[in-house]
Amino acid sequence: MTEQIERHKYDIVVIGAGGAGLRAAVEAREAGLSVAIVCKSLFGKAHTVMAEGGAAASMGNVNDNDNWMVHFRDTMRGGKFLNHYRMAELHAKEAPDRIWELETWGALFDRTKEGKISQRNFGGHEYPRLAHVGDRTGLELIRTMQQRIVALQQKDGRDFGDPEKNIRVFAEVTITEILKEKGKIAGAYGYRRENGEEVLFEAPAVVIATGGVGKTFKITSNSWEGTGDGHALALKAGANLVDMEFLQFHPTGMVWPLSVKGILVTESVRGEGGILTNSLGERFMFKYIPDVFKDKYADNEAEADRWYVDQDNNRRPPELLPRDEVARAINSEVKAGRGTEHGGVFLDVSKRLSAEIIKKRLPSMWHQFYELAGVDITKEAMEVGPTCHYVMGGVEVDPDSAAAVGVDGLFAAGEVAGGMHGSNRLGGNSLTDLLVFGRRAGMGAVAYVKSHGENPVSQSTLEKAAARIEAPFSRVGGENAYSLHQELQEITHNLVGIIRTGAELTEAIKEIAEIRKRSANISVTGDRKFNPGFHLAFDLDNMLLVAESTAKSALLREESRGGHTRDDFPGMNSTWRQVNHISSFDGEKVNIKSQPLPVLPKELFDLFDVHELEKYMTPEEISKGGSN
Amino acid sequence: MARTLKLRIWRGSDQDGALQDVTVEANSGEVVLDIIHRVQATQMGDLAVRWNCKAGKCGSCSMEINGKPRLACMTQVSAYAEDEVITITPLRAFPVIKDLVTDVSFNYKKALEVRAYEHPADLAPGEARMEQIDVERSQEFRKCIECFLCQNTCHVIRDHEENKKSFAGPRFFIRLAELDMHPLDTLRNRKQSAQEEHGLGMCNITKCCTEVCPEHIRITDNAIIPMKERVVDVKYDPLRWLGSVIRKREGIL
Repeated sequence: MTEQIERHKYDIVVIGAGGAGLRAAVEAREAGLSVAIVCKSLFGKAHTVMAEGGAAASMGNVNDNDNWMVHFRDTMRGGKFLNHYRMAELHAKEAPDRIWELETWGALFDRTKEGKISQRNFGGHEYPRLAHVGDRTGLELIRTMQQRIVALQQKDGRDFGDPEKNIRVFAEVTITEILKEKGKIAGAYGYRRENGEEVLFEAPAVVIATGGVGKTFKITSNSWEGTGDGHALALKAGANLVDMEFLQFHPTGMVWPLSVKGILVTESVRGEGGILTNSLGERFMFKYIPDVFKDKYADNEAEADRWYVDQDNNRRPPELLPRDEVARAINSEVKAGRGTEHGGVFLDVSKRLSAEIIKKRLPSMWHQFYELAGVDITKEAMEVGPTCHYVMGGVEVDPDSAAAVGVDGLFAAGEVAGGMHGSNRLGGNSLTDLLVFGRRAGMGAVAYVKSHGENPVSQSTLEKAAARIEAPFSRVGGENAYSLHQELQEITHNLVGIIRTGAELTEAIKEIAEIRKRSANISVTGDRKFNPGFHLAFDLDNMLLVAESTAKSALLREESRGGHTRDDFPGMNSTWRQVNHISSFDGEKVNIKSQPLPVLPKELFDLFDVHELEKYMTPEEISKGGSN
Repeated sequence: MARTLKLRIWRGSDQDGALQDVTVEANSGEVVLDIIHRVQATQMGDLAVRWNCKAGKCGSCSMEINGKPRLACMTQVSAYAEDEVITITPLRAFPVIKDLVTDVSFNYKKALEVRAYEHPADLAPGEARMEQIDVERSQEFRKCIECFLCQNTCHVIRDHEENKKSFAGPRFFIRLAELDMHPLDTLRNRKQSAQEEHGLGMCNITKCCTEVCPEHIRITDNAIIPMKERVVDVKYDPLRWLGSVIRKREGIL
């Protein structure tokens, strides 16, 4: 039966067509290799389009005090120093070049008065740093890259007579398995969503760029695609995940109407001057400035307001604290009974900006609230609350090449990769993360293919992969994938959410295992033709592995840091900062081990005031003053 | 559950499909896509629908609701009267794959036919300087989320299958206009190529595309008409015609 399977041969297969995947593909094609881009949606629909605020890069166009070192420091602070220092360093150094490069491919960012790329303020960034296009920066990024791919195809069309000869997009294809031969990557296997027909890609290198895991949770800003496919594919292929306990709950998702609960309200609303108030009308964020940030954030309204006109002589408003702090603050206000009617808080930009400026700077927010909630944000406050937005944890990679640790030929970039953002990501760092590490993954894969060559897929490997796809159709009257997915979302929402306890996590691990057992008996109605129930059966399998990994890592970490808050261990603990949690999969269950965090080298250690580092590090670490 | 809705949903392909009656509950504040998802989860596990962001930003859930091309995620159920039957059908201008999912590959083929942006060879990365007012004209067109509702509603495509070969459609006219107005693009013959290679002349400005655009891009007024006018200028103004002949001869154009 497997003789009729559609087969393709490429140098590199990129799974995922968001910012990271497309950037990796561009790099690989420009280096002369052939690339397949495989994505679950249509080309150009990836979740990157949802990114609103901007792309952080220390170009210094608005404030020339900015440079890579300031950006590096902000990123490490935002991640509470759990970041892989080398990723944060590479990101800060290379981000400006990646933004300027987009301009050479036709991107049109908003401008400063001098005609340079404009940059806006964002939570946790010391200077205005986010290159942006209104509040649709992600769309600009993905369209630019999509059009760059088209440009490369047009060139191939002129050179070889076939635009798709060396770079081709396989849209609406789900990858169910990454294939290995002789312990190394050999390709990927999946099915076309349109008709359920199976596809084999043979390639010695695979780049995973599948994005996030939001759909594991009930309230999320992620689309249906965010089902942790790459996380699970990597685990099953023998790679590791690092620090899966860290999930970012974006502080401002819509809370009403019900149908849009979770949809993102960009942080730019706060960057442009939006303030948060509770049902008593109090601007509550002043109560929630943690000690480590007290010297950088204003503790009174007068100073916070002055900052908008004079940033050199005033501290920033606390609405612009890193996302984890703001999300927890909102959560506390609502829990204390000071929330809005629909369980959120108020976010108001109408008092600071004119209607005209709001519509110009936040056009899609205006549109979104007006059309979906009947709220005119130029006149009224928005109701907002936390929503599961981003996973900091992900595939453990070598920072320079984006190679997955432990699997030759496997690479990962973007949200699916771990380490870059530590325990909490700063807004704006994601888009440049995609570009910096997407390019590096492309370079890493090119170098690998050039030194290793082909690695054909054997018949037995192919047959095993094919059998798995047929399985849900051969069962009758089994479990319903939709119901199991809802049950999983209830568990993660209630037991693995923003605030966690040891007892709840233990319960979650038990219940997730139970669902996993039942999911082995999922049956699918209908045939293979564009059948969402069939698609969900595979996505669900991935989400279950992600949820297990998150719950188990979270149970081990007995402290609160960034996107991991333990009610039973409320403080941040310097000893825990020295540890990463590594998930691996033994074929049955996820196992977690502790691994020492790479030590900050002296030249990066010295970029900080030692008194600041004392807040995060143990006295022994401080006395060593970094490595080497 | 606030109300009970009566729906008619297209099931099957364009050869063997039919409208199927469905009754489903709806909560207040829900959009049509929510309802389709509820039908999927409770009554028709294999109902095919394309969607992604559910926030009007990705342009995936394009379909026809009571005959109007719309994004299902941006269509409030409350916009329909209590006793109104809501009929949901796939985009009509493209072949139906299954249920509400159509084959939109036509648009990706057309995208491949529009010559890519060309950056000035002597302008290094980071050196570009542009006025905000100059980038805004192209930015309007770059707001496009590629939902292809404009393509679907354009009667040149919708009613005349034979036009598809020579007509790129409104989505790609705004792409051409975007490049034409791009302050840095070095290919200076965008308007002519719109006219000569992409069928701009077949558009007779009925503005249907503008009406259905969920991003409120003024496709006809800001992209199509200005390009048409300037194509005419070049073609019929004798001085500009002569200029273009000379430039062409000298390889400038």
